[in-house]
Amino acid sequence: MQHTHTQDTLVGLFVATGIASLFFLGLQVSNLSSFSHGNTYEITARFSNSGGLKVKSAVSAAGVKIGSVKAITFDQKTYESVVKMDIDAQYKTLPDDSSASVYTAGLLGEQYVSLDGGGSDEYLKNGSKIEITNSALVLEKALGQFLFKSAEEKKATPSPTNDKKGKK
Amino acid sequence: MEFFRYLGAGTRESFTKLGRGSFFLISILAGISSVCVRPRLLLKQLHSVGVLSFLIITISGLFVGMVLGLQGFYILSRFGAEETLGVMVATSLVRELGPVVAALLFAGRAGSALTAEIGLMKATEQLSGMEMMAIDPIKRIISPRFLAGFLSMPLLAALFSAVGIIGGQMVGTGLLGVDDGAYWSQMQANLDFRGDIVNGVIKSIVFGFITSWIALFEGYDAIPTAEGVSRATTRTVVNSAFSILGLDFILTALMFGDN
Repeated sequence: MQHTHTQDTLVGLFVATGIASLFFLGLQVSNLSSFSHGNTYEITARFSNSGGLKVKSAVSAAGVKIGSVKAITFDQKTYESVVKMDIDAQYKTLPDDSSASVYTAGLLGEQYVSLDGGGSDEYLKNGSKIEITNSALVLEKALGQFLFKSAEEKKATPSPTNDKKGKK
Repeated sequence: MEFFRYLGAGTRESFTKLGRGSFFLISILAGISSVCVRPRLLLKQLHSVGVLSFLIITISGLFVGMVLGLQGFYILSRFGAEETLGVMVATSLVRELGPVVAALLFAGRAGSALTAEIGLMKATEQLSGMEMMAIDPIKRIISPRFLAGFLSMPLLAALFSAVGIIGGQMVGTGLLGVDDGAYWSQMQANLDFRGDIVNGVIKSIVFGFITSWIALFEGYDAIPTAEGVSRATTRTVVNSAFSILGLDFILTALMFGDN
């Protein structure tokens, strides 16, 4: 009888550890715990370019995560990217003239939406649209502009360099 | 001509074996209902299949995770992306290494033991003895072992992944100085419950099914001599490894092929 009792205990421990590790994987490793069903409201923003933004990317205000991207679709009429975001219901006092920008966390990090508060007395609510948006920075475009600009500057002011060479 | 005769005989034999295996599987599954009436039988097998594999799975998981942490850090630090170490360790463990390595260890630790046990029972005519007493050996001996293997495998694979992730964290944040918060938060942001964890569990369920089936069938089908049992045990480990790795490729292509 004693023997079967220890066996029971060991099997019980084994099953408990197995289920505990499944829970660990679900809650600690994947993002299951950050799901908050029902307690969100949806807002929409239109970007001329949403860059590398993905579904589930973070939406933050002042650096604090307040929601996540729900869907990204392409509007065939205006050629814009329509980003739907779920905002946690506890953050219900965001002004409705807030602006949305797509930023990158770090140099190679993930892209996220940042909401910057405006001055309006009206608040964003379910189904609101954000009017003021800043597109994602495309690195190639920015580099191209920078190179183009510096080339133009060189062209526009060729004399001082020539003068220096001449003096020397 | 001789070659074709061998090829034909080989094909015929493998098909008859597959057929016998399928009938065997059907009778195992039919016997599961009678296991539920006697949970004591299942509990005993859960002990010998699951609990006794616990230690090897935990230790292997820990070391695999630690090695992943080391190797991942050296490669990721070249690109200045040490913070994604957690993502790398967790993704490779949860999606692939957890189910596959745990199943391979399970086949070596528990599968071979099952085959040897059943084969020896057959060689010493214990199974025939049971039939003489009008006890169905499949219901009494085989089905509880099958169910125990089938239930243990997902638990062991989840344990392997969880311990591995902790091992990776120990090496990554303890030894190599990766930020602890970044390790976990990047992991949570990039792993999907449905896409990664559930698919890993599905994989381990499939592997548990196939490994238990192969182990029990090889034992039941063994030639009842010392040499026959030894060959059957070898076949269990080899065939399990082949089917685990082959099925893993197919499952991965089905689950993660589109992203």
